[in-house]
Amino acid sequence: MSPSVLENNALYQSIYSAINWVMPDFLDSIVGYAAAFAMVMLVANLVLVITPLFIWFERRILGRFQQRLGPNRWGPFGLLQPIADAIKLIIKEDIVPRGADRLVFNAAPVILFMPVMLMVAVIPFGTQFYLVDLNVAVLYIIAVGTLETIGIFMAGWASGNRYALMGAVRSVAMLVSYEVPLVMSLAAVLLWAGSMSLVEIVDKQPVPLILLQPLGFFVFIAATIAEMNRAPFDLIEAESEIVAGYHTEYSGMKFGVFQLAEFASVVVGAGFITAIFLKGAAGWSFLPSPAWFSLKWLAVIFCIIWIRATLPRVRVDQVMAFAWKFLLPLSAINLILVAVEMVIWPSPNGAQLWMIGLINFAVAAVAIAVLATALGHRNFAPRSPQIPTSTVVGEKVV
Amino acid sequence: MSVLTVAFWVLAVWGIASALMVVHTKDIFRAALFLVSTFIAVAGFFVILGAEFLAVVQVLVYAGGISVLIIFAVMFTREVAQGNQPNRYYGIGLLLGAALFLVLAFTVVSTNWFPEFHNTEEADAIARGAFSDSSGGLGALLREKFILPFELTAILLLAVLVGAVALVKER
Repeated sequence: MSPSVLENNALYQSIYSAINWVMPDFLDSIVGYAAAFAMVMLVANLVLVITPLFIWFERRILGRFQQRLGPNRWGPFGLLQPIADAIKLIIKEDIVPRGADRLVFNAAPVILFMPVMLMVAVIPFGTQFYLVDLNVAVLYIIAVGTLETIGIFMAGWASGNRYALMGAVRSVAMLVSYEVPLVMSLAAVLLWAGSMSLVEIVDKQPVPLILLQPLGFFVFIAATIAEMNRAPFDLIEAESEIVAGYHTEYSGMKFGVFQLAEFASVVVGAGFITAIFLKGAAGWSFLPSPAWFSLKWLAVIFCIIWIRATLPRVRVDQVMAFAWKFLLPLSAINLILVAVEMVIWPSPNGAQLWMIGLINFAVAAVAIAVLATALGHRNFAPRSPQIPTSTVVGEKVV
Repeated sequence: MSVLTVAFWVLAVWGIASALMVVHTKDIFRAALFLVSTFIAVAGFFVILGAEFLAVVQVLVYAGGISVLIIFAVMFTREVAQGNQPNRYYGIGLLLGAALFLVLAFTVVSTNWFPEFHNTEEADAIARGAFSDSSGGLGALLREKFILPFELTAILLLAVLVGAVALVKER
């Protein structure tokens, strides 16, 4: 019996026929399971292979941004550097602090890594190249993504270290805040596509959605970067403030798994941005669809690295203000704008699409400019250090 | 034995075991984690029953939202590892627990678990189980039949948001 969810899955069908051809006849009953397992292995390992490549890519690109070379010793262009790093991490001593809650401490890296792998299931890597076409895919991504919080909290709490706990608390506060604009910006996409399935969202885009909902794209990419805990929102592991945040006490491969989960979440998140806002695997026919997906994916990943290389880390109070006072109003404006346009032009033709795009770009520019100037002076200006001058003056500061 | 039966038993054992661990673990933090595990097992049941929208919302709201709130509350609790001593609310707790058990038991007994379907299409739709499109129907129901409760919930949530802002506002 093949599960109904796989009936229309071309990837599954091709793997099924390949395995059916290889397998001897008396094993026919398990071909379906073998094919499903092979498919899961293929897609899961795809991400596990891409993530080390991404780590190498990021380090090289960051090196370029900072006018140095980056890893270039082992393998061609230093491509084998992640493997060397992994071997180094594996042979390091595995330390569990004495005050730690041993069970939770050891489980945390696994719990943190699981949601990232679960999210891979719904990415459409090509027109017929996906694990499963869930009809609640977008909601599924958000739901599974929230589970990462629990992994981070477990790590921070079980370490028995104040810095780790502080990092975990920061992360929870941040993730909870950024969930709101993230969901609001996705709501506009769902309204537009009329479906929560990623495959259908890709199909329903006449042009890449970034051209029609620039404001939604801006909010989504900002909130996603915050959810990934990456610079400029990486204050849950701000080295200058709280050592390394929730994974301060971790060493060896457990630390490695944390790093892997973090980088994998960037890879997966960039995949979602590609699918939702860049029309996924669509493109001209001289390249196969997975190639188009990979190209767009690479572009998104490059932009995320670019943002990391350019912007300095924001302060704790700025992070909250950014989510609630800047991104949330923007996503609300976007949602209302898209809803109104959906009523006026239910099925837009070419000229109307141009109009929608132009209006939305204009509104995005105005809204961002107005909100940024209104909030900029109050929330993002550098604070003068608050030293009670009356007590310092006249006393000897030791 | 079909795949669904195996999945049901795995989920049942998993759900009940972690629910028992929630009650019997002394460490409140671990109890909260086991609660998350129970929530996820319940989401698994929703998937088996073909309510994938409910399953995802279960993970989103309970495993991702409520449990984070609980863990946050645990942070403000002293002596997490020791757990609570039995106190004077013992009797009331017992009473409430018994009442809840009775209500649930009544529901289980009085529900008709094998309804007769009006036609075979309906039966087929239910037998098809997982991953049939239930979210669209749910959305239509919310917009048409249950529009008033839906809007009332929205107003309630707005009031909660405004109230939360008003409470923490600097004077």
